[in-house]
Amino acid sequence: MATGQSVITQPLVLGDDMWGRDHRGLWTDAWRRLVRNRLAVAALFFLIVVASIAFLAPYVHVIERYSPSATSRENQLGPVADHWFGTDQLGRDMWSRTLEGIRVSIQVGLGTQIVVLTLGLFFGVLAASGGRLTDNVVMRFTDIMFSFPDLLFVILLRQILIGRDIPLLTNTAVICLAIGLIGWTTIARLVRGQMLSLAQRDFVLAARALGSPRWRIIVQHMLPNTLGPVIVAITFGIPTAIFLEASLSFLGLGVPPPVATLGSLVSEGYRVIQRNVWGVVFPATAIATLMLCFTFIGDGLRDALDPRTR
Amino acid sequence: MLGYILRRVLWIIPVLWVIATITFFLMHFVPGGPFTREKERPPALERAIQAEYGLDKPVYEQYARYLGKLVRGDLGISFRDRQPVIETIRTQGFISGQIAFLSLLIAVTVGMTLGTLSALKHNGPLDYLGVLFATIGASVPHFVLAAFLSTVLSVQLGWFDLLGWGGPKAASDLLNPSAYDYRKMVLPVIALSTLPAAYIARVTRASMLEVLNQDYIRTARAKGLREYRVVLRHTLKNAMIPVLTVIGPIAAILVSGSFIIEEMFNISGIGKEYVVAVRGRDYGLIMGTTLFFTLIVSVSSLVVDLLYAVVDPRIRYS
Repeated sequence: MATGQSVITQPLVLGDDMWGRDHRGLWTDAWRRLVRNRLAVAALFFLIVVASIAFLAPYVHVIERYSPSATSRENQLGPVADHWFGTDQLGRDMWSRTLEGIRVSIQVGLGTQIVVLTLGLFFGVLAASGGRLTDNVVMRFTDIMFSFPDLLFVILLRQILIGRDIPLLTNTAVICLAIGLIGWTTIARLVRGQMLSLAQRDFVLAARALGSPRWRIIVQHMLPNTLGPVIVAITFGIPTAIFLEASLSFLGLGVPPPVATLGSLVSEGYRVIQRNVWGVVFPATAIATLMLCFTFIGDGLRDALDPRTR
Repeated sequence: MLGYILRRVLWIIPVLWVIATITFFLMHFVPGGPFTREKERPPALERAIQAEYGLDKPVYEQYARYLGKLVRGDLGISFRDRQPVIETIRTQGFISGQIAFLSLLIAVTVGMTLGTLSALKHNGPLDYLGVLFATIGASVPHFVLAAFLSTVLSVQLGWFDLLGWGGPKAASDLLNPSAYDYRKMVLPVIALSTLPAAYIARVTRASMLEVLNQDYIRTARAKGLREYRVVLRHTLKNAMIPVLTVIGPIAAILVSGSFIIEEMFNISGIGKEYVVAVRGRDYGLIMGTTLFFTLIVSVSSLVVDLLYAVVDPRIRYS
């Protein structure tokens, strides 16, 4: 009996020693790999700095010395000591306006992903764990929404919802909702695919054999395992949403004035570009920088979380 | 194979139907109607106008009528100028189609060339240049690039013209060289094709790098094949599959991009038409342009799926 026990326990202890690794999970591993990616870390750091400046601006006088909507006689200035980014046609401070645009862009980028994640997880789980009929119906619906040209849908929905007095639905939230309602299809497909392949795995079978209820298997065993690719897709969704919002604003169909958005700033600046190029240069650089940062972070996350690159 | 194609083509019908239905009901929720103006009209006139276009009927009845006409291929008329919607789509779509086609052509050529060169000169200066282009190109929105290009190349240097499109207006002029005005064609196409080109370059590079590491490439080199043959026959062909997968999303990018480009260069294409239609709640035109765009996106994804089978003989559809 005693020898039998030692036979069982011995290899287990040996096994741990053999690999000589301390117990760290998938997420610690991923985090270490992410930190090693200098470009992603630099982008993350830079983004945090920019976002802090932009979101603190309305409360800290040193950052924002002029309100984004305060007009003055000094219009169409280039960068000067008093107005770091110059002023626009109405003499409004472009530094404050660009910061406001950055706030809107980041809000839209993140807010959209909340909608996308909610709907994507819901439909993905529904398709994977419902019956065959549910799966078919949900996935065909997903296919159809995927074929819907996104800009057309967003513009239409924006026209319906903008300016209505619905609680919690600010103009920025309307844009997030409109973009999110068309953008969830990728996540839904991803989650479904992952869940279907996970359902065949031994640990799910084990959980089922132990008598775990279905919802528990889904929530506790399967969903956490789909998170890696989902996080990557969500991160790449942020620059896409920022891009879409900027395009909408450029067409005059984004967050309406008086709020300054990066797209509308470029559009306003473009009209008088022959007199003052700076009106386009600063907001345009801001959009490109934001998108680049999120793309680099996405690249870093993908390399850190994608098991194939290990 | 034929059965597969047939099923895919038939699948486009429910897609169009569902999207038409969603769009139809959504657009009736947009505040105001096609004839809402600042000034109020006498009620009798208002009623007469509504009745003339069938807008006095309940929405579901209008929907049934619209579907009935749609099945017979009738897209109705535009409320703005009373022209048949199909005519507007034909003329405007012809212009947008040229821009999209040229942009796709350039994006694929430039993107694949850059991606291939990058991969072949992995970690060399050319590779870094390629990666730089792919990264920045994918992060600069169309309108930013267009604003930059038009300021430098048109306003400052005067090389190109800014307003309108230089391609032929009608299909009969496609082969007529005098119908082309390159000064009005270069900028919109560059502005629209850069983003997809960057996208394709990135995917091509990644997929080429993967294929170049395969054993069969080493074999091909070992048996003394010439480098161009190794690259074109053995590497590029195998690297095409991931590239093809992005052509679908690129069709969608081109559609969204055309809205911006047409607005910026003042080209009367179909994207600009949609924005005008939504603003004016021109129901017929909204439906027509939406269905047109959906059809384009669906057909291009079908074509891409069929191309997979051409590139990769292992893929069989049944």
